[in-house]
Amino acid sequence: MDLITSILTITIRAGTSLVFATIGEILTERAGILNLGIEGIMLMGAVTSFAASFYSHNLVFALLVACGVGAFMALIHAFLTVTMRANQVVSGLSLTLFGTGFASFLGQKLGPQSNNFRLVGLKGAKFTPINVEALSQIPVLGALFKQDILTYAVYLIIPLAWYFLYKTRPGLWLRSVGEDPQTADAMGIDVIKTKYFYTILGGILIALGGAHLSLSYTPGWSENLTGGRGWIVIALVIFSMWNPARSIWGAMLFGGINAVQFRLQASGTNIPASFLNMLPYLGTITVLVVMTWWEALSKKIGAPAALGAAYMREDK
Amino acid sequence: MKILFEKRKSTSVPALFLVPLFSFMVSLMLTGLVLIIFGTNPFSTFSAMAKGAFGSSNGFSETLVKAIPLMLTGLGVAIAFRLKFWNIGAEGQLTLGGVAAAWVALFLSPSIPSALLLPAVLLVGCLAGALWAGIPAFLKTRLKVDETLVTLMLNYVAVLFSEYLYYGPWRDPKGYGFPGSAPFPDEAWLPRIMGRAHIGIYFAVVAALILWVVFKRTRWGFELSIIGASQKAARYQGIAVERNIFLAILLSGALSGLAGASEVTGISHRLQQGLSLGYGYTAIIVAWMSQLNPLAIPFVSLLLAGILTGGDQVQLMMGLPSAMGIVMQGLILFPMLAGSLFTEYRIKFIRKQPKAACVEGEA
Repeated sequence: MDLITSILTITIRAGTSLVFATIGEILTERAGILNLGIEGIMLMGAVTSFAASFYSHNLVFALLVACGVGAFMALIHAFLTVTMRANQVVSGLSLTLFGTGFASFLGQKLGPQSNNFRLVGLKGAKFTPINVEALSQIPVLGALFKQDILTYAVYLIIPLAWYFLYKTRPGLWLRSVGEDPQTADAMGIDVIKTKYFYTILGGILIALGGAHLSLSYTPGWSENLTGGRGWIVIALVIFSMWNPARSIWGAMLFGGINAVQFRLQASGTNIPASFLNMLPYLGTITVLVVMTWWEALSKKIGAPAALGAAYMREDK
Repeated sequence: MKILFEKRKSTSVPALFLVPLFSFMVSLMLTGLVLIIFGTNPFSTFSAMAKGAFGSSNGFSETLVKAIPLMLTGLGVAIAFRLKFWNIGAEGQLTLGGVAAAWVALFLSPSIPSALLLPAVLLVGCLAGALWAGIPAFLKTRLKVDETLVTLMLNYVAVLFSEYLYYGPWRDPKGYGFPGSAPFPDEAWLPRIMGRAHIGIYFAVVAALILWVVFKRTRWGFELSIIGASQKAARYQGIAVERNIFLAILLSGALSGLAGASEVTGISHRLQQGLSLGYGYTAIIVAWMSQLNPLAIPFVSLLLAGILTGGDQVQLMMGLPSAMGIVMQGLILFPMLAGSLFTEYRIKFIRKQPKAACVEGEA
């Protein structure tokens, strides 16, 4: 029982950054914008928020920095793909290439002189788990209440995002922009503004996912801290069928893979670490194949119809 | 005044040259800005980079060393991107090519005549790269599984697999705990032409020329262009879309595999850590900056390799992070993407004539 509780605790902790980024990307893709820059935005969010927490010891400030960086990077993507009509795939890739390089540059430049200007190996302020007294004692499910404040925030964000998308007017407008921008435009929705807004909002959530890694999950900075999580998120969006409520399951699955990997490594198994480390990546491919196969069977799993297409307004 | 965007029938030729040049300048400016923010003089940094990369025969040979894998992987990526098959797995295809080449060089060398060893090593490297690219190509053409993610995920799998080998079963027992395989026999070493630069450069240049001819002059190249422009149109013309994409992606992977094979046989002479320094990712920048034109790829590769070598130089000389070269490369793509608006669209400024006339009339 204790083992299950502890695995579940790690699973939720590992899944938090994934949920942040998955919901961010769902909102972006619902506006018809595919953002493949998640890995770069997460890394930039992670490195800048860690530097901010190291110097200011203020976690709120650190999160705000991550939000600002995420918003700015998503703004670049929105400008290139919406206004300049650049290819969304290549623009997202550029964001990841640039973000990876720049995060690594900042990690070698933002540190104090005493550490040779590096951020690696330093300790800053970090989020610690807060136990909700009575609830955390419940067997197994108590794992839900031994988390840090960002995870508790996730418990709120998931239902909020779901409610917003399916039960409110702006949520309907957002979905209509991703499904059929021409009609949305005719209905009087500002398609361009909508695309910008949700790409930027998505970028903020994605960067917060990165910040959770460097401020809580593995406090500190190291090169390529995200280890491909940004790419896994893209598969998780498909796995959740673009529905924020379903983002839990994907995050639990991959958080769970992380937790099992962690457990097995700690127990000194005979399986080489390299093979254990392949699990999340092989898992992603499996998820993709299964989802695609399922889509072929049931026709539609929920991808916005106009995802990836540049919107060009016809002149009236 | 109104601004209209009109899709060009063919891409503008001057814009084809000007946009990459302009993008490089913008990247220089933005990187300069970053340097100023961190209190470094951008002019002395850039001149040190240029001198380090192209100013001496030693520096130039190191630039060539980096340009060779960039050319081969860049060509591979360009083939795939022309078909709108987003192969971002060159890194993994290169790694697996290196692993397979190492396998032949380490374990099959006694049973292969020494004259045939090197060709066999390189050929198996190509095959391994093609095989690794074949997985996403099969999934895409048969099951319609998104190739972007599969190619990327397989990068991690390939790198972890190579790690397993050189930390585990292939580790050199005489290596004093150093993570790496035993060195290859001399017959499996690629001849060198200048410093560490090896004859892989000839493979890359010849491959670029062949691909240019294939795309410009052959029926297959023509069919691929149609598929790239519109799969629907290609189907109407009776072109076997899936089979052609599959074959082209095998070729794409084979080129990256060759890059990996020539890295292990030309540079490290063993399988060890750092087989690829992110060449497979830089290849995306190479391909896009070359506007997917095989003839432009050798030149663009030299430029980007120069940025990497120059970045290493300023790290040694001025204590700047080695990642600076990577930042600079990353910054090239944004203006390139913004510039594609000018290569693909004609921009028209239209004055609203009647209104203007009316205003004049009133005056």
